Amino acid sequence: MTARSLFIPITLLLVIAFLIGPFLIIVAASFSAGETLAFPPQGFSLRWIAKVFTVESFRASFGMSLFLAIGGTAAALVLGIPASYALSRYKLPGAEIVRTVVSAPIIVPGIIVGLALLRYIVVPFQVGITLALFLAHTALVLPYAVRVVSASLDNLRSDIEEAAVLLGSSRLGAFFRVVMPNIRGGIMSAFILGFVTSFNQVPVSLFLSGPGVRTLPVDMIAYMEIVFDPSVAALSSLLAFLSIGIVFIAERFLGFSRYV
Amino acid sequence: MSDASYLSLEKLTLAYGDSVAVANLDLNIRKGELIALLGPSGCGKTTTMRAIAGLLPVKSGHVRLDGADITRVPANKRAVGLMFQSYALFPHLSVYENVGFGLKLKGMRGTELDTKVKSGLKSVGLSDFANRKPAELSGGQQQRVALARSMVMEPKVLLLDEPLSNLDARLRLEMRTELQRVQKETGVTMIFVTHDQAEALALADRIVVMKSGKIEQIGSPEDIYNRPTSSFVADFVGFENIFPLENGKMKTSAGLIDLSGHLSSGAPSAAGLAWRPRMVTLGTGPFQGTVRGTSFAGDSREYLLDSAFGPIKAEVEASRPTHALGDALVFDLPAEKAAPLSRFV
Ligand SMILES: Nc1ncnc2c1ncn2[C@@H]1O[C@H](COP(=O)(O)OP(=O)(O)OP(=O)(O)O)[C@@H](O)[C@H]1O
Ligand SMILES: [Mg+2]
Repeated sequence: MTARSLFIPITLLLVIAFLIGPFLIIVAASFSAGETLAFPPQGFSLRWIAKVFTVESFRASFGMSLFLAIGGTAAALVLGIPASYALSRYKLPGAEIVRTVVSAPIIVPGIIVGLALLRYIVVPFQVGITLALFLAHTALVLPYAVRVVSASLDNLRSDIEEAAVLLGSSRLGAFFRVVMPNIRGGIMSAFILGFVTSFNQVPVSLFLSGPGVRTLPVDMIAYMEIVFDPSVAALSSLLAFLSIGIVFIAERFLGFSRYV
Repeated sequence: MSDASYLSLEKLTLAYGDSVAVANLDLNIRKGELIALLGPSGCGKTTTMRAIAGLLPVKSGHVRLDGADITRVPANKRAVGLMFQSYALFPHLSVYENVGFGLKLKGMRGTELDTKVKSGLKSVGLSDFANRKPAELSGGQQQRVALARSMVMEPKVLLLDEPLSNLDARLRLEMRTELQRVQKETGVTMIFVTHDQAEALALADRIVVMKSGKIEQIGSPEDIYNRPTSSFVADFVGFENIFPLENGKMKTSAGLIDLSGHLSSGAPSAAGLAWRPRMVTLGTGPFQGTVRGTSFAGDSREYLLDSAFGPIKAEVEASRPTHALGDALVFDLPAEKAAPLSRFV
């Protein structure tokens, strides 16, 4: 083989190594028997995996993260589905601008969003941390919801709504009877994407934490600053497998990658 | 309501924003009639249908159906069916559920619903396809589902927007017959839009020819085909030799040609005269021409002549002796065959 024909396979291997490598290291480290987070792991045990479930703050922050991911994503969909519908069905003046603005948070760094929320919403209006987190996560997920739902709406012919109306349905009824069932896959995909995005979100949540109110990733960072044992690695592995499981099921049953 | 106006459009004006698409349209349709709406692209056919269905608000004028003014009645309460060119079947529902959709909304349930849906499917020959999804059907089958879905609702009027344009030639003919059969069996009043004059001639009781948002002519297929009243309709139905008249003289590129004595009695008041290529006589007649082009069309042969009238298109039986390019010929535009046009545009 020439150097030229080796180039592509080697690049590919390197890319895979960089993508998967850290993940494999973390997974290996979670099964360590040693006292500190280290690689290669010292021995094999399940003690750190077991410990994850005993840390009180992990349980609380996991609950918080789960609440934000489910609640925030649901709220984003409740706002995002009608918004997407309006954007795709009505040729409103400035629809493109609205689309861009709605998508903006995907581009704007989370740090800035978090800081802005803290400085201009939370502090001046005395908004509770939980509510602030909820609003922040809703706002974060909204662009993803609009994008994914819009994509599936654009694939759906709008004349079926008129057909439903002519068969006796109201406009709103037509939306629920023939639009929603046909974009169900898109909505589920948006939900999963939103859930994962919200769950893994750090920068915004970093600014919005208070006594006893933290998201899981932020809590993990805080934990690591004090205790440097492999339980954080164990928790990371568990979360990673959870995400992979969700995406796998989604792809299997919804053809998730069509919408994202 | 008189019999002649089961569905009537009165001074109907329709617009998209400020641009008027249909202006002051008057049309009366009898119960059970099969009307074809014929016209070039952009003349307002779809716009008119959407207004009848209630999908497009009326700017001014009235729509009356079965004695009631339905101008402001919402689309879902009109008992007007519309078959879309794209069929617009619900992709998530089976054929059976598609057909039952409207009936269910009417509150029909149980065996009554089942009987109705099944007889609807049977009438279009799709009983065996009840459990398929629309995506698993051919174009022609999807079309039948759409037809059954509309027909089970027993609409007062069924509108069809270019129902056959997505089908290939053979299926088109088959569906054409099918539509005709369903219409005759149920006696539903039907309006269908088409670009295709052959389709309109074959199917319709009356043809409405539209042009730029106005009605150009209404008449039976024979009227439209043989007696077009304007140069536009004449051109649309295949009169290819169309000339304006001025005081009984024909205006041509070579000036005015006197046709007195050559015109049938009613014609001198006409604004124009039109002949189909088949009506032109070659080999005898008072006019001179030169063969500029010729083409073979199976049963017949077409000639393009240069003459004092300008170009003349003639079609003669293929068995007749042929003429070569450049041949000088005499020809006639027989007066008794000419279609007198009252409007020349
Ligand atoms: N949604 C719309 N917004 C603005 N103008 C429109 C709209 N739909 C149609 N028009 C205009 O109204 C006029 C009539 O359109 P319409 O669709 O009724 O034509 P049509 O006779 O159905 O043509 P075709 O045979 O191509 O379907 C056209 O000039 C068209 O450009
Ligand atoms: Mg049209």
